[in-house]
Amino acid sequence: MSEHKAGSNLEKVLSAGHFAFTGECGPPQGANVPHLIEKANHLKGVVDAVNVTDNQTAVVRMSSWAASLILLEQGLEPNFQMVCRDRNRLAIQSDILGVYAMGIRNMLCLSGDHQSFGNHPESKNVFDIDSMQLIHTVKTMRDEGKFLNGSDVDVAPKLFIGAACNPFAEPFDFRVYRLAKKISAGADFVQTQCIYNMDKFREFMKRAVDMGLHEKCYILAGVTPMKSVGMALYMSKQVPGMDVPQALVKRLRGAGKGKAAEEGIKFALEQIEEFKEMEGVAGVHLMAIEWEHKVPEIAERAGVLPRPVV
Amino acid sequence: MIVAESKPIKELLEMVKGFKKILVVGCKGCVTVCNVGGAKEVAILASTIRISGKKEGLDLVVGEHTLERQCDPEYIDELKDIIGDYDAVISIACGVGPQFISERYPATKVFPGVNTKFMGGAVEHGVWSERCAGCGTCVVHLFGGLCPIARCSKSLLNGPCGGSSNGKCEISSDVECIWDTIVLKMMEQDRLDELMEFRPPKSWTTARDGGPRKMIREELVK
Amino acid sequence: MDDFKPQIVAFCCTNCASSAAKVSHGMKKALPDNVKIIQVPCTGRIETLHLLKPFEEGADGVYVAGCQADSCQYIGGITKAAKRVAQVKGILEGLSIEPERIDVFHLSAGKGQEFVEVADRMVNTVKGLGPVLTAPNRN
Repeated sequence: MSEHKAGSNLEKVLSAGHFAFTGECGPPQGANVPHLIEKANHLKGVVDAVNVTDNQTAVVRMSSWAASLILLEQGLEPNFQMVCRDRNRLAIQSDILGVYAMGIRNMLCLSGDHQSFGNHPESKNVFDIDSMQLIHTVKTMRDEGKFLNGSDVDVAPKLFIGAACNPFAEPFDFRVYRLAKKISAGADFVQTQCIYNMDKFREFMKRAVDMGLHEKCYILAGVTPMKSVGMALYMSKQVPGMDVPQALVKRLRGAGKGKAAEEGIKFALEQIEEFKEMEGVAGVHLMAIEWEHKVPEIAERAGVLPRPVV
Repeated sequence: MIVAESKPIKELLEMVKGFKKILVVGCKGCVTVCNVGGAKEVAILASTIRISGKKEGLDLVVGEHTLERQCDPEYIDELKDIIGDYDAVISIACGVGPQFISERYPATKVFPGVNTKFMGGAVEHGVWSERCAGCGTCVVHLFGGLCPIARCSKSLLNGPCGGSSNGKCEISSDVECIWDTIVLKMMEQDRLDELMEFRPPKSWTTARDGGPRKMIREELVK
Repeated sequence: MDDFKPQIVAFCCTNCASSAAKVSHGMKKALPDNVKIIQVPCTGRIETLHLLKPFEEGADGVYVAGCQADSCQYIGGITKAAKRVAQVKGILEGLSIEPERIDVFHLSAGKGQEFVEVADRMVNTVKGLGPVLTAPNRN
């Protein structure tokens, strides 16, 4: 086991060379534990780890560490997300220790959406450190047993460190370098932004492979099935850094009334098929937003079941 | 310069409601340059208050005075012979002004006539833009001469984040993504290696986070 | 209210409005006697304070009569004046005074008829609003 950095299920699946399949679950806007459990149970046995979002789009929800623990109790492996928007370095480091102490083994490091997006736009943001520095902080605590101030950590948190990567944000030419920078800072795996523009993603992966990044870090391709034409239009127009080609919108529209969702799933399945073969792609991160119950069906049709037991 | 904007007149009138003798004090520094708190604006605000007084049938006395600066006690002193004639003072300098007046004249009721916005400059006539966050440790040379602390919505030192789109920030298409500009400029100057360098967490001890700041220059202290 | 005679101050550009005034005089069209004309070499020179002062001194309405936007003698004078008029409209609103009490009009040198019409229109508008100072119970 010593070759593992954290020994999480996700790490073991990836290091054994399996094509990983991760899911996502947003905590409730309240303390509705039964609802969270119900959503999470759809993912049980279907994915290798479940990302638990941290006040996603700056909307207040149950804290990601608490929801992660609930998932853990349910026998699911959480991928605990943390954003830099809401915590300074004291809170960040203490939460890292806290989640590790409670059995969490994966952590995804993010800057976080600006609070102006969310439901408390009047709030003060923190951004004491950025996502790059957060990655480095976790790595330093884990591998060197040191806090940011250089003092010793009494029992280091052994976490599998994740990062996000958006190949579709600008400037495009710098994106692969930014990924390289995150890997140098300590990322063990990355999950990309939802991919719709396959041409651009192929080009991005080619560059990443040319730089050998896939050998230093597991790259999971982000997939979010479109539920409707409206969702595709919203994603293309309202979500910064999202690249939805017109051809896809046309395809969904062409599917006819009531059939866009099935067409969206078909497109996602085609993507997953291609990712399985694409050089440098180690797995898929399926973000089925408020569509958790569809994940078993998508996983089944994508041929990624049963999940490997490692 | 320090850039400010006038407070809405309604808010201001509410603040000084009930006062009969009001002195409007301007400043010939930054707020004159950004057309919000100089002699001209003192006259406009004073006239506006007088009109409101007439409309409401109140017999208001509104005085006007513009100081060389409101951030130096020696100029604040200039008010000593007139300030006693008024029962309220509106300072339309930056946030420093009303405080220096309050400190120098403890008995006076002082009100801010402007909202102080940021440290920046005029990018075109009538348009000002933020440039400096006053963090106390300047590092713009690391970023092509541009400051991500003041100009990136998330103050990222290792940007750009995933929300950068068409050179604009995720918060608004009216906001420039300074990291987009930094990256393009650094790549243009063949300085990719510098961008690839990991910038460690910044010490905010020299910023406001380190507590209220003070600077002492011994060679200047009398 | 019918006997209310509003006091109006008009800032008129010498290049267009004032010559229009001359034409109107030649046409024996009388300007209302409660409109006080202030001639300015260019309306672009009118400052915000100039527009406020008449109200402070008891005027019920103010207007600027200048060139057409595309034929200003000094290129952008009337455009600047229009922006300042808009600013003063904002100030008046802040004081709960009707912004219609100030306006800007575009004239041409030969249009004597229009010069008088503008004055009449402004007088009527302000007459409809009543006096500023004794207006009862505005919020």
